[in-house]
Amino acid sequence: MPPSTGIRRGRGPAVVVWVIAAVALALLVLPLVAVLLSAPWPQLPALLVAPETLQALGLSVLTGAISTALCLVLGIPLAVVLARSVSWPVVPRRLLRAAVTIPLVLPPVVGGLALLLLLGRTGVLGRYLAPLGVTIPFTTGAVVIAQTFVAMPFLVFAVEGALRGADRRVELAAASLGASPWQVFRTVTLPLVAPGIAAGAVLCFARALGEFGATITFAGSYPGVTRTLPIASYLASQTDLTQSIALALVLLVVSVAVLLGLRDRWLPGVRG
Amino acid sequence: MSAPAPAGGARLSAAAPTLQARFVAARGSFRVEPRLDAVAGRPLALVGPNGAGKTTVLHALAGHLAIESGSIQLGGRELAGLPPEARRVGVVFQDFLLFPHLTVADNVAYGIRMRGARRAAARAAALPWLERFDLIDLAARYPHELSGGQAQRVALARALACEPEALLLDEPMAALDVEVRDEVRAELAGHLRDFAGPTVIVTHSAADVAALAADVAVLEHGTVTQRGSWAALRKEPATPYVARLVRQQDE
Amino acid sequence: MTIGSTRFAAIALLASAGLLLAACSTPSTARIVTETADPVRGTVTVLAAASLTEVYGELAARFEKLHPGVTITESFGGSSALAAQIVQGAPADILATANEATMKTVTDAGLADGTPIVYATNILTLVVPPSNPANITAVADLAKPGVKVALCDKTVPCGSAALSLLSAEKVTVTPVTLETDVKAVLTKVELDEVDAGLVYVTDAKTAGGKVRQIAVPDAANAVNRYPIVVLAGSTNKTTARAFEQFVLSTTGLNALKKAGFGAP
Repeated sequence: MPPSTGIRRGRGPAVVVWVIAAVALALLVLPLVAVLLSAPWPQLPALLVAPETLQALGLSVLTGAISTALCLVLGIPLAVVLARSVSWPVVPRRLLRAAVTIPLVLPPVVGGLALLLLLGRTGVLGRYLAPLGVTIPFTTGAVVIAQTFVAMPFLVFAVEGALRGADRRVELAAASLGASPWQVFRTVTLPLVAPGIAAGAVLCFARALGEFGATITFAGSYPGVTRTLPIASYLASQTDLTQSIALALVLLVVSVAVLLGLRDRWLPGVRG
Repeated sequence: MSAPAPAGGARLSAAAPTLQARFVAARGSFRVEPRLDAVAGRPLALVGPNGAGKTTVLHALAGHLAIESGSIQLGGRELAGLPPEARRVGVVFQDFLLFPHLTVADNVAYGIRMRGARRAAARAAALPWLERFDLIDLAARYPHELSGGQAQRVALARALACEPEALLLDEPMAALDVEVRDEVRAELAGHLRDFAGPTVIVTHSAADVAALAADVAVLEHGTVTQRGSWAALRKEPATPYVARLVRQQDE
Repeated sequence: MTIGSTRFAAIALLASAGLLLAACSTPSTARIVTETADPVRGTVTVLAAASLTEVYGELAARFEKLHPGVTITESFGGSSALAAQIVQGAPADILATANEATMKTVTDAGLADGTPIVYATNILTLVVPPSNPANITAVADLAKPGVKVALCDKTVPCGSAALSLLSAEKVTVTPVTLETDVKAVLTKVELDEVDAGLVYVTDAKTAGGKVRQIAVPDAANAVNRYPIVVLAGSTNKTTARAFEQFVLSTTGLNALKKAGFGAP
């Protein structure tokens, strides 16, 4: 009798593995199915054009896009440094990586509170901005900052992974063909890591779109200014469940659309 | 110590550039101390057992590794201290290292673009090279769609298209299937004959030496143990390794 | 199987058998104890409005001292969120909201055991940071341009009360944020992130020196009536009712009065 191990040579994973994988998949997919099944389909058109919905949607998409752009501008150089840090001594290298991981391990509300204590009216830095007439909390800018804070690690790690995985030897070939270091970066390195950057940007946008705790703590909740889709959905869930489900559905559709839309653009030219 | 006697028929003039390398380079704890002369029109094969340091020498010649002391002269110009992009030395790498995100045409045109040409002008200038290497039909393909032999042609065309002053090849046949090697090697020999500058071919295969090279330098444990024409080496191998190499070709 | 793993399996088997025996034995010993012990025992889960955090915390501690076999678990939040949770099936024994409208969603769903009893009232007050950066002296000052005001969202009891109060005073305010519960408003004022907020007098009291309170003369125009009810889905109705009675007792009402709540 052959031993029943997890992986069998030439026969694929054992049944047990399939079953557990199916359970895992169910856990991920069934809640979405429940949303689709519970959606108030007849009332949906009216709910979707309601001012609260459109306001929250517009705000979420706008802030999400700006946050993603900010993450790209700030995050790619950080990813380059992180990728090069393999040659650093242990302590600085680990500290750098830990710093980038902070928003991933910090509960979002704690992150929001920290931002408030830094940039609030009486905050460590904010107190110097207040006399200049600059206050950050309760503005749409605060939403962008909160989203950028929580979403940055997704982008940085995705780009770092792409940088590490790319066969950097092609950079040697480019140099031998007369390309200066800046030209090598622009014409070879960047295009090679572009799929990784795109994947990171998608993750970043999705995370920014779904951010709740940091936003509500740092930026507050006011329709049209700081009340993003997740916050609107949460508030609605307490009084009008159908409205809440409609908002949740909008969030779902936007996320899936972004995921599908970006994948196609980056497929041609680069294998895989 | 004298320069190798030119084989009958080689056309040498005082203006033909040579690549002269006498230097010390180190990679980690491994040191190489080669003495090489490659004359234009007489490709030099740099042979040696695995671990002898051949790739290290190649990287130093290409500019990817800095030398500790000595000099690398190309046509009177000192290359040591120059970054790779300033050396005008073309390299065909063992794995070809074609740019995966560019078509064959754009790969070949890359060096021309880096010298300042706009994309359309570079593509036009690359056309004759695509023709010469029989790549017109493949111009719109991507590297992952090419066979080994085709990829080698692209790598060679790419290196030659920016008109380098010298050419380095690293184990040119190693990435190809055994069945196609003889045919590709013969083709490559033709292309090398057409190149006007000095050529250095790093290889451990006697078949490569016989088909592609006129002169040979043998590198063992970081130093050159024998130099001369292939005919001279065959007549009088100076070390056991050379003797084995010569026997390899006869088999 | 090696000898080592056999021994391990044996130990594991014995341990689980031991645990099983222990678990099985508890009911019988409990049965013997109950005949002579306090009928008020076990766990009771209370969902209460955020404004009740401090006073209910105190009352729960005192109740547990009186009945050593009892554990009261409390969860505080916006009343509408709590009511929604119960309608969604959250397991709880008692619900205490900050107004009757939110309680109604639970009674309308048939999830209350009996009629809710109103036992306290709360009115709003104006709070500002100790330094009073915007020099607020009255509710009318909230409408001045540039003043940052934090309010509860209208779906939460303190929010609807704030709306009635402001419309009674004929003051139009554009807040910078509409929070999901009254404690969030209080925090924003305590952190000096806003110039003023409308919270309950009870919240102002618990905040102590962290905020400055400005009395609103006509606050009695917007009164929130606080109901409490035992839930139909409660699994420990005896103890739940006992705690409810404790809240409604003189002890409970005194504690509420001390915290600043009004009489019903």
